Amino acid sequence: MTARIAPADPDGVVVPSSTIRASRAGFARDVVSVAGRAIRALPREPEAIIPALMVPLFFFVVNIGSLQELGEQAIPGLDVKAFQLPVAIIFAVTGVSRAAALVTDIQDGYFDRLLLTPITRPALLLGLMVADFTLVCALSIPVLVLGLLVGVSFGTGVIGMVVFVLLAGSWGLAFTGFPYAIALKTGNPAAVNSSFILFFPFAFLTTAFLPREALTSWLDTIAGYNPVTYLLDGLRSLLSDGWDGEALLKAVGAVLGVATISMTLCFRALQGRVAQR
Amino acid sequence: MDAAIVARGIERHFDDTKAVDGVDLDIPSGEIYGFLGPNGAGKSTMVRVLCTLLAPTGGSATVAGHDVATEPGAVRLQIGVALQEAALDPSQTGAELLRLQARLYGLDKADAQTRFEELGSIIDLGDALDRRIKEYSGGMKRRLDLAAALVHNPRILFLDEPTTGLDPVSRATVWEEIRRLNTDLGMTIFLTTQYLEEADELADRVGIISEGKLVAEDSPDALKRAVGNDVIIVRVDGDPGPARAVLADLDGVVGVDVHGDELTVSAADGAAVISPVAVALSGCAVDVRELTLRTPTLDDVFLELTGNRIQVDQDSSPDPAEEAS
Repeated sequence: MTARIAPADPDGVVVPSSTIRASRAGFARDVVSVAGRAIRALPREPEAIIPALMVPLFFFVVNIGSLQELGEQAIPGLDVKAFQLPVAIIFAVTGVSRAAALVTDIQDGYFDRLLLTPITRPALLLGLMVADFTLVCALSIPVLVLGLLVGVSFGTGVIGMVVFVLLAGSWGLAFTGFPYAIALKTGNPAAVNSSFILFFPFAFLTTAFLPREALTSWLDTIAGYNPVTYLLDGLRSLLSDGWDGEALLKAVGAVLGVATISMTLCFRALQGRVAQR
Repeated sequence: MDAAIVARGIERHFDDTKAVDGVDLDIPSGEIYGFLGPNGAGKSTMVRVLCTLLAPTGGSATVAGHDVATEPGAVRLQIGVALQEAALDPSQTGAELLRLQARLYGLDKADAQTRFEELGSIIDLGDALDRRIKEYSGGMKRRLDLAAALVHNPRILFLDEPTTGLDPVSRATVWEEIRRLNTDLGMTIFLTTQYLEEADELADRVGIISEGKLVAEDSPDALKRAVGNDVIIVRVDGDPGPARAVLADLDGVVGVDVHGDELTVSAADGAAVISPVAVALSGCAVDVRELTLRTPTLDDVFLELTGNRIQVDQDSSPDPAEEAS
């Protein structure tokens, strides 16, 4: 919608002030407003979206190409395509956030403009996270479609696919707390970019390429402490096993565990940033 | 008349730096108050305290009757703020930014549209409103920033150096809008500036801040009257010291100050004194480069109070508040 703005009054007279006054919009409306702005910005930043889309597709194809023959021969019953699809999804959703845009807002002073409004402070972050969740779910879909095209099937059907995307999206959302915490604490774009380092231990010190029984003992031990291991197990269970309540509960628990830490960090950082220091 | 802004002993420290040091203010509703001082004097820090972006280290302040430290939410509903740098999101269009601003202030679509129409003469961006802000000129950004500060119809408007960096034409336009907001809408305006003519032109009262302290406060005319009726400025090559004593002894001369290569001669009747001053200077061992008679300016007031002239320098160091933010 285009705002209709009256042209300058030729007599140079300001229209008498109306009785319209400010009020608090309310928490839900604040979240929707911030999320709306963030979602509008997404298609304007293809340079941020395209790599996030291409990297998981690339790794999915390359991992299948390099691991399928060897893996399926060495481990009876292993379906490498199905094994790799959750990995590609994790690659798609981990580390995608508006944290860099938040730093730009802080540096440009626009964050101060938002702070000068009566906006509920947590909405400043939750609105961005709503946009992140929307984006990571959208980024999961092309990977999912590619998986279906190469023959991966869901033992849990269409509902399982929806759960698959939502579970992956929830992980993506849980992970965003880390870059947001760094963005709010430092206001430094380089520091935010370096938060991507966190992606590597989460994504690779786990069952990204082989099942736990095939890992070396030290890697298996570390994978046992890595929440992504349980997330991958849960996602894989939706493909192969049908509904496996225990695997899904562990996956949800892993996401909640990481979310508890990351959200505590980022909302504390927000508290520090918006405090009248 | 209701008090719009009241401050008592406001202090704001950044580590060992006292950016604002015991400032008192009493600003009634409907006044344009000019807060005048050089870069780094504490103007922006004071604005940030009054706008709830910074808590005072000491003292207290109320804006629209609400305490800035304990009721910041209530203060935010009553104020509009245009900070020193236009605080805009370059990736949004002007229309998107204004709509978002209206939503955050609780305005529904109809009210927002009404306000956009009321603000038409200020926004005045035409089709550019649907372009990304990153494509705007500096003047367009300033106008949009001002419109964003006004979209919710605030009772009190804070303008932190609203014309810094603008060309003279854009500056005159902003001055005109500030006057209209005050005279037509009765809006209280707290204006910081480093431009003497801006404070002189716009403000009902001026507070002069130097090194965090409020050193004088009155109407521009009263402040200038306090300095004296006329000022003769003498710029010389070399040391002006020898001329000082000679000029100070002349009839009609009230006082002589030396600042660098400049002598400032205060006189009750400058026109009567300028000839004796010129004659006296010719008898001194100084080379006169410039001899000017004028009425006092706020810069003379600042010089009288602080011993320094206000140096307008767009690139000089900002307030500690800006550096800290």
